[in-house]
Amino acid sequence: MGQVSAAREQSHNKPEGIELFLLRLKKKVCSVDPYLTFAGIGLWLFVYWVLCEGLEIWRFNKLPGPVAISKDWFSTTPFQGISIFTETYYDHIRVSCQRILIAFGLATGLGVPLGLFMGWSRPIRDYIFPIIETLRPIPILAWVPLSILLLPGFEGPVIFLATLASFFVTTLNAMLGVDSIDEEYFRAAGCLGSSRWDVFRHVVVPGALPFIFTGLQISIGVAWFSLVAAEMVSGDLGLGYLIVDAYMNNVTVPMVIAMITLGFIGYFSSACVRALGNKLMAWHVKELAQQGR
Amino acid sequence: MVKKSQKKEKTGALSIKNVTKIYDPSGVNVKAVDDCSMEIAGGEVCMIVGPSGCGKTTLLNAIAGFHSITEGSIHLDGELLCGPGKPKAEQSAERMVVFQHGALFPWKTLQENVAYGPTVQRAMSSAEALDKAGQMLAEAGLGQFIKKYPGEVSSGMARRAEIVRALINDPKVLLLDEPYRAMDALTKQIMHESLLETYDRTGVTIFFITHDLEEAIFLGDKVHVVTTRPCQLKKTVEVNIPRPRSFETQSSEEFRRLLEEVNEAVHEEAVKAFQAGEREMA
Repeated sequence: MGQVSAAREQSHNKPEGIELFLLRLKKKVCSVDPYLTFAGIGLWLFVYWVLCEGLEIWRFNKLPGPVAISKDWFSTTPFQGISIFTETYYDHIRVSCQRILIAFGLATGLGVPLGLFMGWSRPIRDYIFPIIETLRPIPILAWVPLSILLLPGFEGPVIFLATLASFFVTTLNAMLGVDSIDEEYFRAAGCLGSSRWDVFRHVVVPGALPFIFTGLQISIGVAWFSLVAAEMVSGDLGLGYLIVDAYMNNVTVPMVIAMITLGFIGYFSSACVRALGNKLMAWHVKELAQQGR
Repeated sequence: MVKKSQKKEKTGALSIKNVTKIYDPSGVNVKAVDDCSMEIAGGEVCMIVGPSGCGKTTLLNAIAGFHSITEGSIHLDGELLCGPGKPKAEQSAERMVVFQHGALFPWKTLQENVAYGPTVQRAMSSAEALDKAGQMLAEAGLGQFIKKYPGEVSSGMARRAEIVRALINDPKVLLLDEPYRAMDALTKQIMHESLLETYDRTGVTIFFITHDLEEAIFLGDKVHVVTTRPCQLKKTVEVNIPRPRSFETQSSEEFRRLLEEVNEAVHEEAVKAFQAGEREMA
């Protein structure tokens, strides 16, 4: 298999750019994977429809089914107020995304350096790690009252809560990332005449990157999770607020629309983090590819 | 002694005197090296052979400055590396280590790896270092792979690049800890030839730990057989096979004779090590 593809690479020029994209697309369409995905989605929607609209099973008949939702979602005059044509829908999305960007940015900007320093320097770890380990298990909802007391307005507490949750994940992963680096790389760096700062820049940071990005993927999920929780408790706009607001007003369609929207945006945001990680860690991607993964 | 005076101008003479290393991780003193002395002339290929876990690597770690020693002293060209009052040597680019499992930075290309040393030592600008690295890798037959990451090339290529990474710093001593251990016989043969070629070109002192007796005789000027733990010098076998050597050397009469001589000394120690292991298990 490896020999065949190597031979092909030699006999033809390697495809690049749009050509490479088309080649990959063709391979993808010819393989079974995308059809399995479609079949999975189809099956899921069908079961959902049968439960809520087809047979109207007890308790499920209170929920809006796929037909009712899509009718409203894509209608210019939605029955329950929210659709892709109403401005408020985008207001909620925009506000939530803004908050996530700020929270995730803060958590990453603070958590990654802190974690790296904790992994790199024993004294720093001894100072900070016990405190972080004590604060980390406190559920994010338990922070809600404190954050409302501490910070003014709606925006402050919501962003604080989302930041806090993802900060812990990021810090811990960055620290473990440094721990995961093989001792021999530090020795090699020492032999080659590195200063302590060189070691940090050339060994600690790149060596911890795979762990950091694993952490960031979890942390962006956690950020969404705590953001929505915070918006449900203390908020004026945002998808979390929309869900609670719709529930309070007894309109169930916008509630489910907001949930599905959250799902899509969450998926998209982790994909972005993953893509960024793959871009920064070409060496890691190529190494895994060499192992056939 | 005669040899030493011939190579008077060469640097990289290692003098290991009465070195003892005691580990004390759990209150039980473990003597890894006991009163071990060795003289290695500048520009010599010195092969250390002994049973597994006998303390060879401890000796290397002491020279490289990774670990401290308990007693004795180590000098390089008459300068004290470690000894009384200075238990641990400083790490320095004059003593370059090539590691057992390979320690090229996986996040740097081969070229960046090789250029790393001169760049951080501020011996060259980063552009100069990259240039020189590319050139040296090409000389080592890795010209097409300079932009590859270590994970993308074979272990043999990675090991060759790692030796280039060491040599670009112009070290006095190259310390190799079983660098070809996990390789198949054919790759190993190529690696040996490549190392010999490098040695003939640079004349750097080589301190080479191995289990492979044929490797020891094929590469070495001297083969030091050490005892099982604690590590002491048991026997030194001089290898008077002229250089440059090629793989045909290995079928010569002299080679076979030396192999037998070394084998006899090592075998005794291996048996002792095995019995000691059995006692520990019992």
